[in-house]
Amino acid sequence: MAIEILKEKCTGCGLCFKSCPYDAFEFEPYDGNKLKRVAKVNAKCSFCNQCLTACKFGAIKEVQTASGDDRFKDYKHIWVYAEQRHGKIQNVALELIGEGRKLAKDISEDTQVCAVLVGDKIDHLAQECFEYGAEKVYMIQDPLLEQYTTDGYTKVIYDAIQEFKPEIVLYGATHIGRDLAPRIAARCNTGLTADCTHLDVKVSKYIEFAKANTTLDTSTLDPNDPSTGIKQTRPAFGGNLMATIICPNTRPQMSTVRPGVMQKLERVPGATGEVVNVKPAITKDDIHITVKDVVKSAKELVSLTDAKIICSGGRGLGGPEGFNLIKEFADKVGGVVGSSRAAVDAGWIDHSHQVGQTGTTVKPEIYFACGISGAIQHQAGMSGSKIIVAINKDPDCPMMEIADYGLVGDLYKIIPEIIKEWDNAEDLYDASTR
Amino acid sequence: MAFNIIVCAKQVPDTNVIKINPKTGTLIRDGVPSILNHDDNNALEEALKIKDKYDDVHITVISMGPPQASDLLFECIAKGADEGILVSDRAVGGSDTWATSNTLEAAVRKWVKENGPYDIIFTGRQAIDGDTAQVGPQLAEKLDLPQVSYVEEFEMAEDRKTITVKRQLEDGYELIELQTPCLLTTIKELNTPRYMSVNGIFGAKDIKVWNAKDIEVDLTKVGLEASPTNVFRSFTPAPKAPGMKIEGDTENDLAKNLLINLKGKHII
Repeated sequence: MAIEILKEKCTGCGLCFKSCPYDAFEFEPYDGNKLKRVAKVNAKCSFCNQCLTACKFGAIKEVQTASGDDRFKDYKHIWVYAEQRHGKIQNVALELIGEGRKLAKDISEDTQVCAVLVGDKIDHLAQECFEYGAEKVYMIQDPLLEQYTTDGYTKVIYDAIQEFKPEIVLYGATHIGRDLAPRIAARCNTGLTADCTHLDVKVSKYIEFAKANTTLDTSTLDPNDPSTGIKQTRPAFGGNLMATIICPNTRPQMSTVRPGVMQKLERVPGATGEVVNVKPAITKDDIHITVKDVVKSAKELVSLTDAKIICSGGRGLGGPEGFNLIKEFADKVGGVVGSSRAAVDAGWIDHSHQVGQTGTTVKPEIYFACGISGAIQHQAGMSGSKIIVAINKDPDCPMMEIADYGLVGDLYKIIPEIIKEWDNAEDLYDASTR
Repeated sequence: MAFNIIVCAKQVPDTNVIKINPKTGTLIRDGVPSILNHDDNNALEEALKIKDKYDDVHITVISMGPPQASDLLFECIAKGADEGILVSDRAVGGSDTWATSNTLEAAVRKWVKENGPYDIIFTGRQAIDGDTAQVGPQLAEKLDLPQVSYVEEFEMAEDRKTITVKRQLEDGYELIELQTPCLLTTIKELNTPRYMSVNGIFGAKDIKVWNAKDIEVDLTKVGLEASPTNVFRSFTPAPKAPGMKIEGDTENDLAKNLLINLKGKHII
């Protein structure tokens, strides 16, 4: 993409200057108009296209660079870092293989989604990657790679990237993915976008997404734009805004994606593909830390990501004992206990229950928000819930605005009634329709 | 020889109090306080705990930001840090995480040139305005240091070379041993940050401001232009269709009416 100024149409008025967030316009002398100057685009331009609608004279044109970008013709295919721990592939990796497959086919028919497996004695995991949609598996194995280490894994994946040149690399935004990805991106001197919630490569699909989910004015976007650079949408500014990030000048393009955000493909038992065994050049001296132990905590495992119903408590509970009621509620409805950041920060409940931008991203069938005002950072983690029920004293809190059903009142009085009546729901409904 | 610790800290808007103007869809920044980023506060606290234990510890806080970010250095010194360095220059404005790590790398290298080697760099895991958690590991990469992120427990042997940390995982932790110099990124489980002391508040403040020229950074590697990632578009999420207020005179009525609605829509 590029921006071109049609000199004969430009009046030198400078309207485009104001529209540009990047300060990318300058004047150059020109004899063909009254002001004896025309706008010129400098190197700061990041092709955001804000100026296209700003010009009242049709003097700014978006130019398509012929057949994509020649600089990157060596980079092809989408890689997914198939994170495994103790021989088990993390769910988020399978989700990303599904997403990667969609993106790959949007780029071109012959673009493949490839899983990258790093570890030791993990040959059997390739099969699982194929069954969830991977077309190729890069297998990087060595006894030194049995345990995840930042320096070891960075080295072998970086070397593989240099050798095979993927166009896009996706990582799960787990504690390991968020440790590894920035290190690799820095070594590749390329861009990395954290915690993406939506990915597109085709401009037409991005427009569809924007129209359905955002307030973005898409009139400056051309649905026939053939470029396939990745458009990575993520919460910005503590979730107060959404931003779509691009990586126009370096390859590979890299993103991390939160667990639970993307969809796994239907598993196809027996699916196969090509396994490429990569011999890693790694020695003991490449690894500067020693992992003495990996301990699974005894604390109750909270599977918020998979939960169909979540009963979440916040500051409105007034104290840690409020979570006893929330637990009772969750047990009754077959749900899982969640919480807001405020309740975690107050020490009322463990961080593993936290829903929100800095906690877990959830999308249950029903989300009960009990005494949660709905700070934007909390919303960022739960607004994908199918149905939101807000129970709160404050009828004007933000949670009420995004809720499908709002119950205004004392949660300590309302929740016990819901628990009491839960099993009667069918009868209550029948009675109400009679 | 002194034991030198560098803490990287960022001044951030308190994103919990930011609101969106519903009419224009823009951020309302007025009246939003600037604070020391939470995780960075834990980074500073861990450095201060080492200083509490040994007499020869020197703590330098390095921050990148606009001139007013020196408030943060004031706060860090009032808590017990020895010096604060603000890297401030329009040339580094608009940097993404890659360009930010290049800037911080140059600042650390200049510090080393003037003061000699450091032992530990602490950074917060992530800043609440960007939430990327990328700058710490990227700085470690540029400085060629071993890193551990998500540090929730820290212990240093008496030789002050061997460090043992717990690195938080989603379902437990890794126990990791490494040698100084190294870079550690900290989370809130690590410690409880202290307040500023009265003596600290009124004491002398060693705060320096360095510009891009001072740190001799390659100008093609910093700032908006050099950043590999760009903002393509930004927007506010579409407002959802208004929900329904459940009515009822008693709590029991509220509960019943909710269940009738959920059942009626085949949600339960």
